[in-house]
Amino acid sequence: MSKRINLDHLGLQGISFYGPLAWIGLLILVGLGCAYTMEHSGHVITGMNNQVMWGTPHVFAVFLIVAASGALNVASISSVFGKQMYKPLAPLSTVVSAALLVGGLAVLVLDLGRPDRLTVAMTHYNFKSIFAWNIYLYIGFLLIILTYLWMMMERRMQPHAHGAGIVAFLWRLALTTGTGSIFGFVIARQAYDAAIMAPMFIVFSFAYGLAAFNLVIMGLYNWTGRELGSFVTYRFRSMLRLFVGGSAYFTVIYHLTNLYAPEHAAWERFILLDGGIYTALFWLGQVGIGYVAPLLLLFHPGTRDSFSVIAGASVLILLGGMAQMYVTIIGGQAFPLLLFPGMEVSSGFADGVVASYVPSMWEVGLGLLGFAIALLIIVLSAKTLRVVPDNLSNRFLDPDHDKTQAELAEERALAQSA
Amino acid sequence: MTRYNDRPDDPDRRRLLGGALAVAATAIAPGILLVAPRAAGARMPTEPVTDAVRWGLLIDTTKCEAGCDHCVAACQTEHGWTDEPLSRPDQDAQWIRKVEVRDPRTGYAFSLPMMCQHCEYPPCADVCPTGASFKRADGIVLVDKHICIGCRYCMVACPYKARSFVHEDIEGQKAYSPRGKGTVESCTLCVHRVDAGRVPACVEACAARAGDAMLFGDLNDPESAIAKRISQIATTRIRADLGLHQGVLYHGF
Amino acid sequence: MTRLTGVLLVCVGLALGAVPAVAGDGVPLPMPARGTGDQCVEPTETMRRNHMEYLLHQRDDTVHGGIRGTKYALKDCVECHATPDPRPEVTAHTLYGFCRECHDYAAVSIDCFGCHTPESTASEGGAE
Repeated sequence: MSKRINLDHLGLQGISFYGPLAWIGLLILVGLGCAYTMEHSGHVITGMNNQVMWGTPHVFAVFLIVAASGALNVASISSVFGKQMYKPLAPLSTVVSAALLVGGLAVLVLDLGRPDRLTVAMTHYNFKSIFAWNIYLYIGFLLIILTYLWMMMERRMQPHAHGAGIVAFLWRLALTTGTGSIFGFVIARQAYDAAIMAPMFIVFSFAYGLAAFNLVIMGLYNWTGRELGSFVTYRFRSMLRLFVGGSAYFTVIYHLTNLYAPEHAAWERFILLDGGIYTALFWLGQVGIGYVAPLLLLFHPGTRDSFSVIAGASVLILLGGMAQMYVTIIGGQAFPLLLFPGMEVSSGFADGVVASYVPSMWEVGLGLLGFAIALLIIVLSAKTLRVVPDNLSNRFLDPDHDKTQAELAEERALAQSA
Repeated sequence: MTRYNDRPDDPDRRRLLGGALAVAATAIAPGILLVAPRAAGARMPTEPVTDAVRWGLLIDTTKCEAGCDHCVAACQTEHGWTDEPLSRPDQDAQWIRKVEVRDPRTGYAFSLPMMCQHCEYPPCADVCPTGASFKRADGIVLVDKHICIGCRYCMVACPYKARSFVHEDIEGQKAYSPRGKGTVESCTLCVHRVDAGRVPACVEACAARAGDAMLFGDLNDPESAIAKRISQIATTRIRADLGLHQGVLYHGF
Repeated sequence: MTRLTGVLLVCVGLALGAVPAVAGDGVPLPMPARGTGDQCVEPTETMRRNHMEYLLHQRDDTVHGGIRGTKYALKDCVECHATPDPRPEVTAHTLYGFCRECHDYAAVSIDCFGCHTPESTASEGGAE
């Protein structure tokens, strides 16, 4: 039995490693096929149109990018806030973060009308555009977290890892602010145009990123049969409670503010009451699957201690997050623009009525490509880099592990008298 | 007493946001010519446009009939956008469309053409990552399709739904009006005509075949017909509250 | 495949400092058709080498500055150099054949005609 936690790479060989890898490869091929077809035929084969111009690919892409910054949480907690027990997980946390970001960006780029002009996006900048800022934020984030990873893994550079961790943490806050602001800075759409979008996206990112990271940990340890102690998982559970609660709080505030302003009443009515699929996705998806169910599972004494329940709750958080992105991105566009406040409008181009959007399989395939790329990067990194702790046993992580019940009771009594 | 500037189009705000960035932008975009203003007057076609001129459009909705769409038809003929073979109706281009408006409390109804409003502070140009969406010195908002990457952020940002994305391969374009798959397009205010000293096709058609509800001209020139007219009648801009200071003005509501 | 062969031949030719390929030993040299009129806007050699620079510069001047009627307009290339379209289903006179001659040989893809019409006005009956 190991005497301490060592960082290691996956020792899997043969079919147990290449089998799952082949599935990921297949998903990537299908996704690339969809992207190629979309580029070759044009967006005419997608559900996107001149009113809902950002579709399912953007739901996947923005979700992955938001989750990417959140997946860095664990590294931040270890480096920035000095929590030693998260230190063994910090390198893997940066790997997952980079992987999710690359996956999301790939989807975003492949959905462009002219993906062949990526070099144009790199050489022509309009510095007033949040998108242009984001190009710098994304590329900078990748460079920073890869440097950070190197500093953590290279013994001689380890003294600098703390500083790099702080830079990475501040940069990830800027990055999610930028992503949220893509919507916050749109002045004319009822659903967007709110400064709360940026901090709200940051809290969303904490929840989605940690849920994704928790699933990666559980998945890797299950796959390789390594020891995963309850200490780590229960810590993640506490953080997930906090972040999901925070997401729900921001959602409530966003809608309350809107409800108070009569100018936004129609939009709120659309999302909360009679928006069809968007109302359903909001209540059942974002709120039900994303907030209520995970909170119940993570708090209820009958379920909260089960590893599979915690894994299930993480999956629900991700699904709820996808629903939230769908409601925000597609619902926000489907709701008609307000050209003449207080007036009834009609035209041959769906003025005054909710725009229709039906996702096509090409878009879903392209979106899944993002997840597949992220998974591939995580698996290959875990196989080749020493980023996976060989065990996460409570013996090494829990400072109270070796104390007897009597000692713990004594400490509690001391704390109370203090 | 401090007097707050209550104009929604307060240019100071713009200066705040754009000022520092403008220096960088000038150096970054050598293709954009920055030219000193010169006296108003006819420009040689080989000279760059300047901000001495501000092209604008006045639309009199009292003369615009519901159901009349000669302006739309003229635009389609001029620029060749129409039902594309594969695109669904909601994917087809919409450079200009007729919108019917009715006040549900009073019953007052009117009809108007809606197209790119050629904002002085265009949100599409603000959000465009590459600078493909831009405003020409004379106020015409255009897409430089050579550097448009097809991200559609401008379409999300436009308050008027005035922009279209080309969803499929296009053939048979007009030589003066290039359009192509994967890029965004919108009303050009018939820039090819304006540069040749003519009026936009919609304006011409409205005068020839409909109610002569559209007046095109230089808002900066106090002697122009449009400048004189808007100094005499009440005009409004659509969603004037957004402070975009559009070049397209409306009268009649 | 012919493009690839062409590129390889050019590379080999450059590497050996050999004389350009002649008919019979692989891909024939491009022979773009002569345009109408006596003289292009610049000497032929200059145009062959620099036409892309002229077009790029002109495009920015026209789109952003509204400068028209100067000598490097793509529209004018089409008017002088359009030839019967190489595709059997197209009857119009277009620039495809002219451009393709060298661009295929050099394996350089061009992006002009996704948006710009390659048809000369003479062939479609003249719209402006």
